Amino acid sequence: MDARRAAELAARNSYGRLVAYLAAQTRDLAAAEDALGDAFLKALSTWPEQGTPTNPEAWLLVTARRRWIDTARRSQTQEQVFNALTVRDAVVASVSDSVSDSDGATFPDDRLKLLFICAHPAIDGALHTPLMLQTVLGLNAAQIASAFLVAPTTMGQRLVRAKAKIRDAGIAFELPMAEDLPERLDAVLAAIYAAYTQGWETVDGADPRDRGFAEEALWLARLCVQLMPQAAEARGLLALMLYCEARRDARRNAQGGYVPLDQQDTRRWSQAMIAAAEHELAQAASLSQLGRFQLEAAIQSIHAQRLRGAAIDWDALVLLYEGLIQLSPTLGALVSQAAAIAETKGPEQGLALLNTLPAEAIANYQPYWALKAHLLQRLNQAAAKEAYQRAIGLSEDAAIRDFLLARSQD
Amino acid sequence: MRYAILVYETEHDFANREQHMPAYRAYSQALAEAGIMVGGAELHPSHTGTTLRLQNGQRQVQDGPYADTKEQLGGFFLIDVADLDAALDWAARCPAASNCAVEVRPLAPANPA
Repeated sequence: MDARRAAELAARNSYGRLVAYLAAQTRDLAAAEDALGDAFLKALSTWPEQGTPTNPEAWLLVTARRRWIDTARRSQTQEQVFNALTVRDAVVASVSDSVSDSDGATFPDDRLKLLFICAHPAIDGALHTPLMLQTVLGLNAAQIASAFLVAPTTMGQRLVRAKAKIRDAGIAFELPMAEDLPERLDAVLAAIYAAYTQGWETVDGADPRDRGFAEEALWLARLCVQLMPQAAEARGLLALMLYCEARRDARRNAQGGYVPLDQQDTRRWSQAMIAAAEHELAQAASLSQLGRFQLEAAIQSIHAQRLRGAAIDWDALVLLYEGLIQLSPTLGALVSQAAAIAETKGPEQGLALLNTLPAEAIANYQPYWALKAHLLQRLNQAAAKEAYQRAIGLSEDAAIRDFLLARSQD
Repeated sequence: MRYAILVYETEHDFANREQHMPAYRAYSQALAEAGIMVGGAELHPSHTGTTLRLQNGQRQVQDGPYADTKEQLGGFFLIDVADLDAALDWAARCPAASNCAVEVRPLAPANPA
């Protein structure tokens, strides 16, 4: 294996573990990342000449640690942190030694602490996901900025400020107390789900070619399940994303046109992923802690029944949405519930529910206008035209825009 | 904060403007309904432009655009939103974002002190 490939693999497999461990030791996330970044650069220049070390992870850890000590020595402002390190120096050294003798799995996995820090309530909610993508997965600010529709320099500055806040506010690298755990876990899972949806108003409308951070989000969810096997909601989230991912290719037809969920060709769904989702959801249910992600996964599971030739059970969907809205009354859930009610009780009832939503909240919410247009059209009302216009104007995806344009002319 | 959403179009887009009209009408209506539309205009294709410059006191007038590139400025929307994040959210909905490109630029204050 060549040095670059070895460094890449080490990066993917252990970047987050190394950052988490170094950050937990130094209490300075940005400094830990910088030191590790330098260690990776050094690996790229020395491994080709001297050969790949037997334990690349340990090599990176030791090199990053040395690098961090050098920087801390040079920096007067980091004197306090340096003192903290020298106390731990012996510990780190002994850990590093034990790492180098083994398969690299002996230093503690602090990634769970890191996930909780990224989604800490003291950090702006909009930065939870970007922080996770950067610190746990090593993505750069420009990659993250594009997905979240933010200028790259702005995203870079926000991440730097968030890390400074974590350091300066002394946010502890500890797991939350038991009483805070459900709420803190929800923030972690919501941030992972945001990496999956990355600004799409509905995953089912998302452009399937744009894989975005779908794989990263699934990876993070699997990590949460692995680190917290008893957390039902972590499994619920993993199930939810697997259901959505299973249908990725079916969201567009051969001509690139948008295909609504209830019209997707089930032969283009991934049966393996749906089976994996069902498995996670069943595991979650056995833990008896209901939560929003399990409900959202259960909703997807109803749609997945079409794979077995079953019709969509809209009554079950109405009930599940009702439960979801009680736990988490998001605009998306309310609009989806209206769609389910329109199927069971008729378009008038769906519209009646839509009309109760506050005007300010729905003004620029594309799914609201798309559903409203659809229901008005079913009732042959002229106002459908105007609702279609709004939905078209608010659409970001060209395939959905074309789909709505075609429907508005029916 | 005021921003210009500069709409870039390919030659193909220019040639098929009629086809894109309904999408642009819906987009500008959405901007208006959101209460953020300040202005905007559609430009004729770049070959209809005339470029003028004074070089060493000599007038130079040439047919065509200043920069002859494949993608051309096809029009612009002026919007008034809280910040660049909000401007980018709206720019993403502009049909040109999926066909070619849009550029978001802040407007300088109308009356500099």
